[in-house]
Amino acid sequence: MPEPFLLRYIHEPDQGEMDAYLARGGYEGLRRALTMAPEQVVEEVEKSGLRGRGGAGFSTGRKWKFLPRDPAVTKYLVVNADEGEPGTFKDRTLMEGDPHRLIEGMVIASYAIDAHQAFIYLRREFHQARAALERAIAQAYARGYLGRNIGGSGFHLDVIIATGAGAYIAGEETALLESLEGRRAMPRLKPPFYPAVKGLYMQPTALNNVETLCHVAWILARGEAWYRQQGSPILFSVSGHVQRPGVYELPLGTTIRRVIEAAGGLRPGRTFKACFPGGTSSAILPAAYLDTPMDYDLARLDVYGSMLGSAALIVMDDTTCMLEVVARTIEFYRDESCGKCTPCREGTVWLTQVFDRILQGQGRMEDLELLNGIARGMTGTCFCPLGESVPPAIYSTVRFFRDEYEHHIRAASCDVKAAVRV
Amino acid sequence: MSGLSPDARAAIRRLAATFPERQSALLGALFVAQEEAGVLYPEVVADVAEVLQMPAAEVAAVASFYHLYRFRPEGRHLIQVCTNVSCMLNGCQAVLTHLQRRLGVGLGETTSDGRFTLKAAECLAACEVAPMMMVGPDRHGPLRVEQLEEILDRYA
Repeated sequence: MPEPFLLRYIHEPDQGEMDAYLARGGYEGLRRALTMAPEQVVEEVEKSGLRGRGGAGFSTGRKWKFLPRDPAVTKYLVVNADEGEPGTFKDRTLMEGDPHRLIEGMVIASYAIDAHQAFIYLRREFHQARAALERAIAQAYARGYLGRNIGGSGFHLDVIIATGAGAYIAGEETALLESLEGRRAMPRLKPPFYPAVKGLYMQPTALNNVETLCHVAWILARGEAWYRQQGSPILFSVSGHVQRPGVYELPLGTTIRRVIEAAGGLRPGRTFKACFPGGTSSAILPAAYLDTPMDYDLARLDVYGSMLGSAALIVMDDTTCMLEVVARTIEFYRDESCGKCTPCREGTVWLTQVFDRILQGQGRMEDLELLNGIARGMTGTCFCPLGESVPPAIYSTVRFFRDEYEHHIRAASCDVKAAVRV
Repeated sequence: MSGLSPDARAAIRRLAATFPERQSALLGALFVAQEEAGVLYPEVVADVAEVLQMPAAEVAAVASFYHLYRFRPEGRHLIQVCTNVSCMLNGCQAVLTHLQRRLGVGLGETTSDGRFTLKAAECLAACEVAPMMMVGPDRHGPLRVEQLEEILDRYA
């Protein structure tokens, strides 16, 4: 198996310092990029096969190609560092442990798309990441990796950190831009507001995830051929009922089972019950899917709308009440819904009411069809991906854990919890 | 309650100058204001609006959208206990129940000595240390109920 590189220096205490970063080969990717034409940099990233690590998995090189090349048009780079998908913590880990890597990736990306201002929209709660980034940015300015005439190339770039203020919806790209412009984080209509066409301040904007830009720094440093030989690594955030929760760097296509093994497996005496493979926006999969490859290729993972998403694997063992998990998840989306569109605003409230009823022992058998019906009403009808994130957990659990729902309704109690107590 | 000091106004102006458009500084400006005044009182919101040359109603509308702005006084230290799925699977409820009992407050409430405000939070992106909480800017986890006393002691 290839050596990890994204996480390679993450635990070195001095990795956030410019000299240590340079001594470990830092900014080599930028130096190489500056010897190439911007179009060649885009080409190299496209050839690497890199797909965005924010959750949508779109080709990074192709995304950059959507921006106009006209030098008279002002373009921006915006980094989505508003990591908030439940179960996801890899971007925070990268920013705290290797902040210069993100800065390097940002300069390369800005050079590739001809942007001279770049913004990091950082989650407000990431105090340590902000301190690490502010320090790294100051060092990069002092040493000529940011500001005027970077590396003697004539290229100039300024980087600005802006923080959110507590809103999951701000992670949606157009809502993020609204927030960065000082407004409520409500998503924009697509079309016409594709960021590459009408993004920040209505100018063409490349919006990239933190991990994506860290990959870019490595791709330019070592070349796309080397990168592809590494098996397209991805950072999995593994949490829940595993022995060693944490961030793991493994090739795309690693099976759910192998990712769980990497995280130390389940706790002694416990067995696997289910998982969210890609954050709480993905469907919940039972043990029958343990050998499914974790890949953007939806051929196998696309069970009731399951997906790789942000690669946040949340593992649940046999002590877990699935209804409690789904109810908690829906409550989250209800509270974080911006209220702009009806299916999301109302659907999440209705679903919560049905779950509350069932969990309080007042469920009815027809509630199962009602849950599926509300979920169908939210599928393909919501204004943005937040509302669309809700149905997969409903569809999948009503299908795979129907017995558990029926028991709750029939016996007005939880058989899983009862078994754990015994 | 009076409005913002000249220093805070200057800090907001400096922030505004870093962005291509002034309004982009609004979220940051509200934090500057909140750090100084403690609470986003209407007078404070009006001052932020004046410095950024925006209608006060628009500033208030933006502020009310986000969780991290305060419109009522809170304690010196904000305790945010994550209650999302990964922390729930790892027993956050016991942590929350213990803190409620120990501090004698419900969710969203402040201790009578003004030391702590207790809140349940959504995923704070630190599931590797679930169950976890933040006290002010600090992350704590994986939490065990027995450790909570010692953690609270660190915050005067």
